[in-house]
Amino acid sequence: MLNLDSKVPEGPIADKWTNYKFDRKLVNPANRRRYEVIVVGTGLAGGAAAATLAEQGYKVKAFTFHDSPRRAHSIAAQGGINAAKNYKDDGDSVWRLFYDTVKGGDFRSREANVYRLAQESVNIIDQCTAQGVPFAREYGGLLDNRSFGGAQVSRTFYARGQTGQQLLLGVYQQLSREVGLGNVELYNRMELVDIVVVDGECAGIVVRDLQTGEVSSHSAHATVLATGGYSNAFFLSTNAMACNATAIWRAHRRGAAFANPCYTQIHPTCIPQSEPFQSKLTLMSESLRNDGRIWVPKNPDETRSPDQIPEDERDYYLERRYPSFGNLAPRDIASRAAKVEVDSGHGVGEKKNGVYLDFGEAISRLGVDVIEERYGNLFEMYDRITDENPYKVPMRIYPAPHYTMGGLWVDYELMTTIPGLYCTGEANFSDHGANRLGASALMQGLSDGYFVLPNTISNFLAPRLGTTPVPTDHEAFRAVEREAADRFKRYTSIGGTRSPDAFHMELGRIVWDYCGMERTKQGLEKALSEIPALYEEFKKDLRVTGGDTNVNQTLEKAGRVEDFFELAQLMCLDALQRNESCGGHFRAEHQTEEGEAERDDENYAYVAAWEWTGDAQQAELNKEVLEFENVHLAVRSYK
Amino acid sequence: MTTINITLQVWRQDGPDASGAFDTIPVADVNDEMSFLEMLDLVNEQLINEGKEAIVFDHDCREGICGTCSLMINGQAHGPQTGTATCQLHMRTFDDGDTIVVEPWRATAFPIIKDLMVDRGTFDRIVEAGGFITAETGGAPDANLTPIPKPVADAAMDAAACIGCGACVAACPNGAAQLFTAAKVAHLNLLPQGQAERYKRVEAMVDTMEEYFGSCTNHAECQEACPKSISIDFIALMNKDYLKSKFKNRRLLSRG
Repeated sequence: MLNLDSKVPEGPIADKWTNYKFDRKLVNPANRRRYEVIVVGTGLAGGAAAATLAEQGYKVKAFTFHDSPRRAHSIAAQGGINAAKNYKDDGDSVWRLFYDTVKGGDFRSREANVYRLAQESVNIIDQCTAQGVPFAREYGGLLDNRSFGGAQVSRTFYARGQTGQQLLLGVYQQLSREVGLGNVELYNRMELVDIVVVDGECAGIVVRDLQTGEVSSHSAHATVLATGGYSNAFFLSTNAMACNATAIWRAHRRGAAFANPCYTQIHPTCIPQSEPFQSKLTLMSESLRNDGRIWVPKNPDETRSPDQIPEDERDYYLERRYPSFGNLAPRDIASRAAKVEVDSGHGVGEKKNGVYLDFGEAISRLGVDVIEERYGNLFEMYDRITDENPYKVPMRIYPAPHYTMGGLWVDYELMTTIPGLYCTGEANFSDHGANRLGASALMQGLSDGYFVLPNTISNFLAPRLGTTPVPTDHEAFRAVEREAADRFKRYTSIGGTRSPDAFHMELGRIVWDYCGMERTKQGLEKALSEIPALYEEFKKDLRVTGGDTNVNQTLEKAGRVEDFFELAQLMCLDALQRNESCGGHFRAEHQTEEGEAERDDENYAYVAAWEWTGDAQQAELNKEVLEFENVHLAVRSYK
Repeated sequence: MTTINITLQVWRQDGPDASGAFDTIPVADVNDEMSFLEMLDLVNEQLINEGKEAIVFDHDCREGICGTCSLMINGQAHGPQTGTATCQLHMRTFDDGDTIVVEPWRATAFPIIKDLMVDRGTFDRIVEAGGFITAETGGAPDANLTPIPKPVADAAMDAAACIGCGACVAACPNGAAQLFTAAKVAHLNLLPQGQAERYKRVEAMVDTMEEYFGSCTNHAECQEACPKSISIDFIALMNKDYLKSKFKNRRLLSRG
């Protein structure tokens, strides 16, 4: 059994973080250069941590598998970032953001972590503004806000439809400054292929140089994984093509508990799937739901174009079912509602696989100019992809895998169950429970990277003053290097008939069908028998052309797909044991008469932290019981 | 939806020092709803099935925002559609029977790594030299302390929209990086927060740029190729600040 001590500090929730920061051990500024820290991933969580640790004086090595830190997938976030600034004076507060986030997560997150996130949210906006992030402003020059799902206040800061891009460029600039000053050693086009544990502590990492195929080791006093989520287990998702679970999965295999893998978020507003050749799905920002109204025709056999369908023959189903939140119902709820409409034959478009997101009313109320100002780039993107003009015809949207709330288990200090190994951002499980609210991913990434990790890491480092990292010629590093090199050699030598992509696509279909928006015991059991069978085929019939001594993207893909095979089984196993519906995890057996998720707080108010046993289907379940001292567990209602 | 048949002429080059050549690949039954990169996925699948090595190309988000994708398509950076990155270019732009020439970015400052993949590390060097505002984590004042007029914030955002793809350099007959550099300089130099380092920044960035890239002679090809339609007006702004920097940074005047 694992020791799942969450290390939540004592005291009232509002004081925990302050108390922690006072009680933790510190490293004297002059001693910090005697410590080395590895940060893997240069998105919001990783880049911010690397830059901040370097500013504080630590020696940092940052790794990215991209050509530049600026490519990390944080860049694709569109809508915004939440912060409890209460600039609109509409009743927002740290407490309300905390409450909304815990409720939005369907009461499956750790209270103390979420409260800290809400506290730090205000500092993020200050920090980013000081760096020159061009947030949207009012004419008077003050910052503007918009609304997002799951909140009744306006607390989302944004930079057009490119908030993630601007925040990431802020991080990238800050990181670049440290690289230029020589405080961060940056390794690009390097992919983590394993981590190394010596005497029960993380000693460092093994990476593969994507340009030469060379496998090498790096050691440090502490290692941070900030490598993002695993939505690409579904094959089709809104994640970038290269997003993968390898770093966290390899850490899991070395002893880091994997928490709540079944908590995956299906984002309600994406462009519907079109053809089998499709390589990825495209998100349309949730911010569109500020002004767009979602509807389907009442008549399932409707054939008229949307503008010909009169008002009384339209079903604005979100406004009907959830009058107080309306089109801004949280993501899990909006997604499921769309599925209900499409499954009952009300879908729109040629394939009847979408619902309308209509700006007609907003355009006549506000004018085209205002809508263009708010969403211009999103409308353009939609037009480019679908060849339809959303100023004239409603968008067609449908849910798609987008974000994963699950990830490596971490304690209050963001340390995994392997001492010395930290995990930040989407890669960890910590703050969003079973469902993440819109505009909260950017908040968590930056909170972890700028404010949490740089404060907690000293508690681990301080007692290690004067020690040197395990040398990379240590036998443990050599053994892991050999293992990794052999693995990549194996892919090229199987000589089968099918590409990694072909396997990935088939795996993704199984995961989507049985562990997607709706799960059943029967379906999950089916997936748990189909995935290993396909995995066996992968091991025998994989074809990777080209060699292992220069760039080979087919080979890179093979490694990532293999890890998805194991992770997908854990996702299903987790979904199977969780006999309740909560947030993004909807078990068809557990729903109310109205089709809403039915939680079981008595039996399932815990974090499921899985332990690797050597066999993906025999993972061992550990439980961290969630205690709610500040928020009253209630049925989550957005009606 | 219709399907078209095309012929690709793709640059293949095994490594930075290998000599490259065009490979002619006929591609049948291309669905015109495909994006250009999905078409390349299809070709790669086809190549792997034939036991051949897949074409290496940089790509990631496929939403036009990460700036990873590149490609000269029929001699144009990111292909024929204005304001569009390769990943958002669709095959409906092409006709049945077309021959499409696909090359990597062509610029000395972007050496080829393999096939269509190039090394754009020189862009990072420019940013490392000064493309930031020094604001270490922790000390920031309240974000609303400094009001920024909306037109200023908007102009900074127009410049900040740059995705760092390198199309401007690839499209420039001189292989100059003025548009990329100017976009970052303008983003930061327009904002009140960026004033403290304004002249130091522009000087350091321009000087670093000139170590690697060609010189600007106002062809304006960069603006045409830019997938974010960033205006060359920003280059004028950068030049103005650069000139001023030579007077303002008096400490450095004696360098000659």
